[in-house]
Amino acid sequence: MRMKKHALLSAISAAALIVASCGGDGSADVEIQVPDIPMHQEMGEFEGELNIVNWSGFVEPAWTDKFTADTGCKVNPRVAGTSDEMVTLMRTGQYDIVSASGDAALRLIVGGDVQPLNIELIPNFSDDIAEGMKGNVYDTVNGKPYGVPIGRGANLLQYNDTVTGGAPESWDVVWELDSPYKGKITAYDAPIYIADAAVYLMYHKPELNIKNPYALDKDQLAAAIDLLKQQNQIIGEYWSDPVAQITSFVGGNTVVGTSWEVLRKFAAQDNLKTTLPKEGSTGWFDSWLVSSSTPNINCAYAWMDYTSRPEVNGAIAVNFGMAPANTAFCKSSEEAQAHCDTFFAEDEEFFKQVWPWTTPIETCVDGRKDVMCTSFQDWTNAWATVKG
Amino acid sequence: MTDTTTNSQPRSVRRSRPVSSYLLRRPKLRLLALLALPMTWIIGVYIFSLFLLLITAFWNVDPFTSLVSPGFNLENFSLVLTNPSYIATSVRTLLIALTVTLVCIMFAVPLGIFMAKIARPWLRNTLAVAITLPLWAGYLVKIIAMRLVFTEEGFFNWAMSPIGVRGPGFSVPIVILTLTYLWFPYMALPVYTAIRQIPPNLFDASSDMGAKGFTTVWRVVIPLIVPAMIAGSVFTFSLSLGDYLAARFTGGATQMIGSIIAANINLNPPVAAAYSMVPITFVVIYLMVARRTGSLERM
Repeated sequence: MRMKKHALLSAISAAALIVASCGGDGSADVEIQVPDIPMHQEMGEFEGELNIVNWSGFVEPAWTDKFTADTGCKVNPRVAGTSDEMVTLMRTGQYDIVSASGDAALRLIVGGDVQPLNIELIPNFSDDIAEGMKGNVYDTVNGKPYGVPIGRGANLLQYNDTVTGGAPESWDVVWELDSPYKGKITAYDAPIYIADAAVYLMYHKPELNIKNPYALDKDQLAAAIDLLKQQNQIIGEYWSDPVAQITSFVGGNTVVGTSWEVLRKFAAQDNLKTTLPKEGSTGWFDSWLVSSSTPNINCAYAWMDYTSRPEVNGAIAVNFGMAPANTAFCKSSEEAQAHCDTFFAEDEEFFKQVWPWTTPIETCVDGRKDVMCTSFQDWTNAWATVKG
Repeated sequence: MTDTTTNSQPRSVRRSRPVSSYLLRRPKLRLLALLALPMTWIIGVYIFSLFLLLITAFWNVDPFTSLVSPGFNLENFSLVLTNPSYIATSVRTLLIALTVTLVCIMFAVPLGIFMAKIARPWLRNTLAVAITLPLWAGYLVKIIAMRLVFTEEGFFNWAMSPIGVRGPGFSVPIVILTLTYLWFPYMALPVYTAIRQIPPNLFDASSDMGAKGFTTVWRVVIPLIVPAMIAGSVFTFSLSLGDYLAARFTGGATQMIGSIIAANINLNPPVAAAYSMVPITFVVIYLMVARRTGSLERM
């Protein structure tokens, strides 16, 4: 039901904002082939351990100790650096649960590596979860939820204010050959960055008819790749390692480029600022996904419920530097409200301009039926041709 | 035990060494026992794991899930050989590795001559320590150190600003510099040792026949240390060829062979495996050329 309503909503907003992206979802009525895996029916005894693949900062003793005391499930975290590494780790079958971003989630779902969830067993997955994080196509397939939202963040344009003298209005400073910051531009180093090129093209080349940056047919992908190749001529550095990105901005090698709010905070320089340009942007929306072969299913459900509590979800969000999924956290204190405001946690208008990372698949997630869209493998191969 | 027994004991023990005398009569078994451990290591661990990796170069990858499944196709190789960006990266990496080797030789020879023939013992020892000292620091630490030195607002630009010189920013020259810094000891040490081993009377003879210092270096020293230079270059060349962190942290947008392998190892392991054949081929060719010069025998 929620899906349908959402789809309708997105159709209306898409019609209203002809060029500006709608974000939040893009599910339309997309039917995706997934392996049939049964979901957990009722809670049983706790198994005593839980093996987690997670982003750095998601699993800390500050909140796992209480969880272990409550349930007896011992938490073994394994930090992964990229979405691709997360997928690889989950495929080993040695982990029970993963904090996947949307670009990893759909791959795991379609690959049969994770199982659909029984939301009734997760009471904290409630109305307080931010509207924009529910029912998105990256973790809700054919109406079945596979993920429990953790938090989200946008890929913002970070700039060195001393050099730029004000916020750039457009992403053109990182894409166009006549950029005044040529040679001092940074871009995210992963195939999913193709979507950022697509977002820019949606605004500036409406004739390409891109409706969703993750649903690109062959021609649209080729156009995005051309744009990325153009960018390659003016780029200073690609980043995948956050530390390298921070030192690059602080050291003056980079003036403008993709960043996360949390990286700006870590850089701790007054002249480094972030902005959301007029074209909108992409973002990462993270959820817990449970392995289809987990022997620790009850611990996994207990963990998802525990981390959906406002205070725990908030602690993770504050520690990592992102908008918490459970907005009830924002009301809990003044500090919490300040955090939520910094990261736009309750600002659905902001996140409407942000397209959540979604694995591109052959089924067009924008609802087109007459063409085949390019898959993530196509993106990976195309990405390999971008960097000279 | 009495004294007499202890006195006669050693001889009788020596005579009855069952293992030794058993092996003495069986030369093949002796050889096997000698080689068992190194062969288990080379074949069982080294070659076998490499083989397991390389075989996946022929395998398929699921277009959506990136799952690898056994099979046989040559598409990964054709991708490696036709993708312009991959070809450019192979050539670039080869040139970087060769340049690093040349720069190492250019630094190592004068330094080696100075240390072996001119420097006083205390200075020689100090220099030897200075050359090997970087080997003690972590590899990643050294790369990050180079990154910090050459950032826009880093040490290099700060130190050079009075004379108006600015560094090139992160690019291929800085990668070459970083790799030279990393692998220099592997070239400097064999070259220095080789120069030390040149008999002093060869220098006397050269000078008696009227050769000046430079001529002596060029006609006597260099030909004698070629094997050492090639031995060192095997290290500097192949280590540079396989490196990717130097490019990642000090190369800006520079890609090397390792960068592409690292980028594919999660997304498309078969392509990574196919592409790793490229540096292997380069090294094999290099070793064959080195062997032709006859210097590998004298290593």
